[in-house]
Amino acid sequence: MDPRELRYAESHEWVFEKDGIATVGITDFAAARLGDIVFLELVSVGSKVKQFEKLGELESVKAVAVIFSPLSGEVVAVNEALKEEPDLVRKDPFGESWLVKLTADDVSELNNLMSFQEYQEFISRQEG
Amino acid sequence: MSKRDLLLDRSKAGARGCTLPVLDVPPSELPDASLLREELVLPEVSEIELVRYFTALSRLNFSVDTGFYPLGSCTMKYNPKWHEAIAQLPGFSQLHPLQPVDTVQGALRLMFELQGYLAEIVGLDATSLAPMAGAQGELTGAMMVRAYHRHRGQGQRNIMLVPDTAHGTNAATVTMCGFEQMTVRSTQEGDVDLDDLRPKLSDRVAALMLTIPNTLGLFDRNTLEISRLVHDCGALLYCDGANLNAVIGRTKLGELGFDLVQMNLHKTFSTPHGGGGPGAGPVCVKEFLKDFLPTPVVIYREGRQAAYEFARPAKSIGKVSAFYGNFGVLVKAYAYIRTLGAGGLREVSDNAVINANYLQKKLKDDYHLPHDRTCLHEFVISASRQKDKGVTALDIAKRLLDYGFHPPTMYFPLVVSQALMIEPTETESKETLDEFIAAMKMIAKEAEENPELLHSAPHNTPMRRLDEVAAARKLNLRWTPKGNDRCRRT
Amino acid sequence: MTSPYIANNDQDRQAMLGEIGVTSVEELFIDIPPSQRQANFRLPPALSEAELVRELNELAASNAHQGRYSCFLGAGSYRHFIPGVVTNLIGRSEFLTPYTPYQAEVSQGTLQAIYEYQSLVCQLTGMGVSNAGMYDGATALAEAALMACRITGRKVVAILSGVNPAYQEVVRTYSQGLGITPAIVEAKALSLGPDHACLLVQNPDFFGCLERLEDYAQLAHAAGALLVVVVDPISLGLLKPPGEAGADIVVAEGQPLGIPPSFGGPSLGIFACREEYLRHMPGRIVGQTVDMDGETGYVLTLQTREQHIRRERATSNICTNSAWLALAATIYLAALGKQGLKELSQLCYHKAHYAAARISRLKGYSLVFDRPFFKEFAIRCPVAPSYINRRLLERGIIGGLDLSPTVENGMLLCVTELHTRGDIDRLVGELEAIGSEVPA
Repeated sequence: MDPRELRYAESHEWVFEKDGIATVGITDFAAARLGDIVFLELVSVGSKVKQFEKLGELESVKAVAVIFSPLSGEVVAVNEALKEEPDLVRKDPFGESWLVKLTADDVSELNNLMSFQEYQEFISRQEG
Repeated sequence: MSKRDLLLDRSKAGARGCTLPVLDVPPSELPDASLLREELVLPEVSEIELVRYFTALSRLNFSVDTGFYPLGSCTMKYNPKWHEAIAQLPGFSQLHPLQPVDTVQGALRLMFELQGYLAEIVGLDATSLAPMAGAQGELTGAMMVRAYHRHRGQGQRNIMLVPDTAHGTNAATVTMCGFEQMTVRSTQEGDVDLDDLRPKLSDRVAALMLTIPNTLGLFDRNTLEISRLVHDCGALLYCDGANLNAVIGRTKLGELGFDLVQMNLHKTFSTPHGGGGPGAGPVCVKEFLKDFLPTPVVIYREGRQAAYEFARPAKSIGKVSAFYGNFGVLVKAYAYIRTLGAGGLREVSDNAVINANYLQKKLKDDYHLPHDRTCLHEFVISASRQKDKGVTALDIAKRLLDYGFHPPTMYFPLVVSQALMIEPTETESKETLDEFIAAMKMIAKEAEENPELLHSAPHNTPMRRLDEVAAARKLNLRWTPKGNDRCRRT
Repeated sequence: MTSPYIANNDQDRQAMLGEIGVTSVEELFIDIPPSQRQANFRLPPALSEAELVRELNELAASNAHQGRYSCFLGAGSYRHFIPGVVTNLIGRSEFLTPYTPYQAEVSQGTLQAIYEYQSLVCQLTGMGVSNAGMYDGATALAEAALMACRITGRKVVAILSGVNPAYQEVVRTYSQGLGITPAIVEAKALSLGPDHACLLVQNPDFFGCLERLEDYAQLAHAAGALLVVVVDPISLGLLKPPGEAGADIVVAEGQPLGIPPSFGGPSLGIFACREEYLRHMPGRIVGQTVDMDGETGYVLTLQTREQHIRRERATSNICTNSAWLALAATIYLAALGKQGLKELSQLCYHKAHYAAARISRLKGYSLVFDRPFFKEFAIRCPVAPSYINRRLLERGIIGGLDLSPTVENGMLLCVTELHTRGDIDRLVGELEAIGSEVPA
């Protein structure tokens, strides 16, 4: 996945939409900030979520990060490999370590998200 | 046998650590076998094995009695020895909670007097001794706030305002009582931001929970104004009293406008922490909240043979413990207050505040002090300067262990990055503080010159730095027989 | 008078104030409104240790305690023998005066002891995981009910009527505000539906009677609810562990395990559950791991469930618990050991049954329930139990718990290994004498 082609939420999820199917993950910035990830919990296949509603949680030893859905839709797949080894999220956040795939109810919701450029500016403000 | 072998690994068939009386009555038939257990796996060890094992374990612990413990917001002061003996007197420790009240008048008198002393110390009117820890005191207080508003037909008040510097227990308590939490920001200087507070006040707000002094060790300079604003909107002002060591014997919360407070007797009133408890978290309230206190409270009725008795407040939120709270802990707090009197309590806060300000002054050249103003019983420095060299608050904390000190509270409050929260308490001597200062200065120097030494600290402790990530990934939470995979995945 | 607990003298304080750059301590309280800095306190004058020891000794001696009286009260607080080794070891400063073991490198004593505690609780209850302990049995039960509601997403808590009434009330208190409805249910015609999060059962129940837990497990699970069981840990030397009978969460009052009654507290809440519910569990948990050198050690783990990390979404607000008393329970269980706990539970069983058999043969007295029991049993008396208890007290006996009006003229008696045959016979004799005064 080319990070420049993705859309981003302020809560650090990315989404890639193609033919009505949206692939969702978290950004390298968020993954690195969390540190060693020890536990991942995701909603199950078939769940319906609204944009910016909770999709799951990532835990490190001393922190919990809630994952919010960047789009509304129905979850059609979750990345089972991550459940066994959640720390993979940090290894390849934009590739193998996607979290869920969902059917996008309304692609116009993408307009509520940031572009790559906007997200880069957003996180540089956060770091400062 | 390895020194870390567990009791069940040390078991020897037939060994035992104590004997029991022989059966002196004819045995009866046992219940149906389907109700009985087949196997019982418990240790089989002799008394001397037990003593050696637990004595060896105890020596792996750092404690107030072995060294300086400046753990912020935990008030690790000295715990007087004779209090333990008093709490163990059979006339206290061997009382059954359901004995007829005329057989326990001494215990009830102690509770009644303690209710009065605590209320007097915080300048409020009535006390419940029932809550068994600070967090349970908070929950009790929150339930009373809820019951009070509902009683007045104000059930829509379901928001609890909590400053961003608050202890985690405040937030968790709010949820546990069914309130919605709304966070109030702090200013750069560490007070509640009134501009953030004002628009959040409405007829949906039940109370504001304010910690006095706050977790930065600062007395909020807007306290009286906050009290006015909160009360003007019909809400109550709750005090998290975890940090009261800073003001006891000096300031009465009731006169500052607080309606209720929970106190942590295991902090301010010097009952020992026991490696995590038991404590006690009494709640004191203003007169208008008295009827909502948990049941029972102790009352006194002149002229009766059994003058002290239990009573249920008229609109009580109910019971919060099976009996009356942690009586054995209350005995120690009672002894503490009687030893000190009003003057002694004042000495506590004066010395706690002098000690903290002295440390703050002496450390601020070497560590970033984000809130550079007079503190009360504790203060927060940041390892941000050291972080630039790759040294974290955690590294500094672990290195302090090598110098024989318990580290400060780390990474809290959340409003300070790389926070180290330091509370020396009143019982420590200037000499001890000077040794601590010297160690902190040395560590600051090491951070500059040899950061690796800090990353790999501690070096001189019973164990090196432990792998918490591995513990969380491969959960191993109880003994399994040797030969089994000891690191079972749960 | 200078406090004995303050190490600095005036000279030290002056030197420190000078370093701080102020002339008096008053200046350090500058942020407190001036009118609020010098409150007056009406408290008794400070006394010396010697004076207070004398006064408190007298106060303690004014109470009638279980050491001097023969006492037959139970109902949630029990008198069992505490081996000297327990009291001695927990009294060590290194166990008594540390904080929660957040700094694992210098807290291995407390951490390993908690791991031992968790292990023994799992063995005793037959459950997969145990936390490091809660405040007491009643709050452990309330937390279990809340946990069952979180797991099932349901809001009704069925409480079997045999659960200790004080525990029932604590569950009610904890439910307020959360929209949870506690509902008292009777064993007869018990039915659970899709709104029920859990069924709370006590075994032995409040009246001492034994329950067949499998039946309740089946009922609860068929309705998609959890079975929460409250036990007397001493009974588990004899009785089937609730984990084997299908319990999902097991809680207990840990006081009988080497902790003095202390007028009801402090005590220990035991809390264990099936492994699958681990992440919903309240309280601290210790796990085994290794250090940088590969040595086995222990740390607090799964802390992301707790208030200091998850804050408003934590599984509970509990922080301070009863670690020191969990240590007492651990040493107690180890001192009694496998054989000792079995013997102890049988001693209680046989002595209680001896007492029940003798009392039930007295004129005017009978057993209220015709069911198997453990160490407590309810009797029906020929006159008001309050009257009997007053008379017994005059003879140096603290009688049982007055159950009226729930059970008319009912009294709940508890017998443990500390009652000798002589104690029991004396109680029987006094009951007989009091009963014989009643006109037929």
